[in-house]
Amino acid sequence: MTDTPATRAAKATPVRVARKIKGLSDRAIAWIFVGPTIFLLLAINIFPLIWTINLSFTNFRANRPNREVDYVGLRNYERILTDSDIWLNMQATAHFLFWTIFFQVLIGFTLAYLINKKFKGNDLWTTIIVLPMMLSPAVVGNFWKFLYQPQIGLFNYIVAFLSGKDPSSFEMLGSVQLAPWSIVIVDTWMWTPFVMLICLAGLRSIPDYIYEAAEVDRASKLRQFFTITIPMVLPFLMLAVLFRGIENFKMFDLVVQLTGGGPGSTTELTSINLKREAFEKWRTGYASAYAIILFVTVFGLASIYVKALNKVKER
Amino acid sequence: MSSFSVTEPSKRSKWFAGTLVIVYALVTMVPLAWIMLTGFKSPSDAISYPPKVVFEPTLEGYVNLFTTRTRQTDEFLAANPPETWYDEIVREYDMVIAGPSKFGERFLNSVVIGFGSTFLSIFLGTLAAYAFSRFKIPLADDLLFFILSTRMMPPIAVAIPIFLMYRQLGLSDTHLGMILLYTGVNISLAVWLLKGFIDEIPLEYEEAALIDGYTRFQAFYKVVLPQAATGIASTAIFCLIFAWNEYAFAVLLTSGTAQTAPPFIPTIIGVGGLDWPAVAAGATIFLLPVMIFTILLRKHLLRGITFGAVRK
Repeated sequence: MTDTPATRAAKATPVRVARKIKGLSDRAIAWIFVGPTIFLLLAINIFPLIWTINLSFTNFRANRPNREVDYVGLRNYERILTDSDIWLNMQATAHFLFWTIFFQVLIGFTLAYLINKKFKGNDLWTTIIVLPMMLSPAVVGNFWKFLYQPQIGLFNYIVAFLSGKDPSSFEMLGSVQLAPWSIVIVDTWMWTPFVMLICLAGLRSIPDYIYEAAEVDRASKLRQFFTITIPMVLPFLMLAVLFRGIENFKMFDLVVQLTGGGPGSTTELTSINLKREAFEKWRTGYASAYAIILFVTVFGLASIYVKALNKVKER
Repeated sequence: MSSFSVTEPSKRSKWFAGTLVIVYALVTMVPLAWIMLTGFKSPSDAISYPPKVVFEPTLEGYVNLFTTRTRQTDEFLAANPPETWYDEIVREYDMVIAGPSKFGERFLNSVVIGFGSTFLSIFLGTLAAYAFSRFKIPLADDLLFFILSTRMMPPIAVAIPIFLMYRQLGLSDTHLGMILLYTGVNISLAVWLLKGFIDEIPLEYEEAALIDGYTRFQAFYKVVLPQAATGIASTAIFCLIFAWNEYAFAVLLTSGTAQTAPPFIPTIIGVGGLDWPAVAAGATIFLLPVMIFTILLRKHLLRGITFGAVRK
């Protein structure tokens, strides 16, 4: 037998010592091991979820806990779904989602494709590129706010330098037209490496012999790209989009620090709006219904998407 | 492999790809480098136009980050000469140091809550992951999916009932409350990642140990745990980074005692608005550990960020 840690450990422990301790049954161990985790998840995730569902049918306000609580049925849901302001928030979220994913996929895939050319030092540069996505989004949002300052910010200075405009002639965070793009830029800066890493894993999973076979068949490089590279990377890319989609649908910290939802409510994503309803206006019941609607939306969209993803994988 | 291969990119395309990637990396580093530089600027250099790349470095930002200061009369300043180097820095503004700021405390809170929740997530997560990996658990797949789906909720949605629950239990703004909360959020990641790592350890090791008279439990901690050490360590770093970076719960559920650094840093106010060098200094101190961890983690990064869905 080979010298594995197990055999080494076995040799080190006299058999009679080991036999003295009567072990628990596997079944008991399984439940002891899983139990605490399940309990914690029930306490921190499921119980609150059920409570939220319950609250969503009431007119409870958390800042007046002693006031009598009435059950209002589906009225909260009705009001949310017919509120035109909330559709504006949904639109802001959709804009943010679509463009961040668009740019991150485009740039992320391109970078991965280039890194996969295996130039010298590619590991080092990959590590450097990856840094932004591991940082605290709130702190990132805060320092990008500094970069975006119209008079003193580096971003405005560089854009002005390249375009010949006056750096104080545009406000990235203060203008209704630019603010939605300023949050897209920061999110793209931060999360492109995420898409890049997943694409890179996809590219590296393609075995060389497929390209060799294509070469023998005299398929052009362009054709190889569209008939081998793209389809093989697609499941990975779709997974990256799923993760980014869920994350950005929940987006709160980065944007709240950058714009606080403003100017007006142009960058007020659903999470920020939800925070206002729940913790500033203290409409707890209403906000609970809102939270449930958001959860169902993410969950529904994600489930449909995963089905599509599995179909692509099977092909 | 032979020196010539159809799949090996040509020298020229390597050179071209390398240049583009390096340019991207340098551009993407500009904001980070800028914030680190700003931490060493004086307030007037920080807001000068055009932005200064060359400037006289000062530790003012760092001093302001860690202290509170009061303005004093000329007589007082003349009668009490500065005692320390940091005292001397604030004297330039006719001020004296009044005491430590809250930053040290908030930073310590981040450390305590980060490590506390990481330890708990890893402890519980390893046990659960081992059970999911090795035993037949009824509805295991459903349970695992359920564990994952808890991550789809927007944090604000979860925060509403947690806020009410914690108020009832007296856990609002306490270290224990935040540790439990972050453990509850992190445990899904921990279980998924650790299950992947434990799945990769061949069953034969444990079987050999069991045949040799080990109990299940002994086999678990004498054979499986040492084998899973790398996986456990990288999972721990992911949990730590998450807890370290978290903002939404922290800003809603803490205000004083247990507040962590992310909600605190943006509120550092100086004379006439935000004290940017101090904010930048705070951000630098706060972000640096994560950067170091990221470099240490680079091999397992992909696995961690995709919940183990993609393994290299």
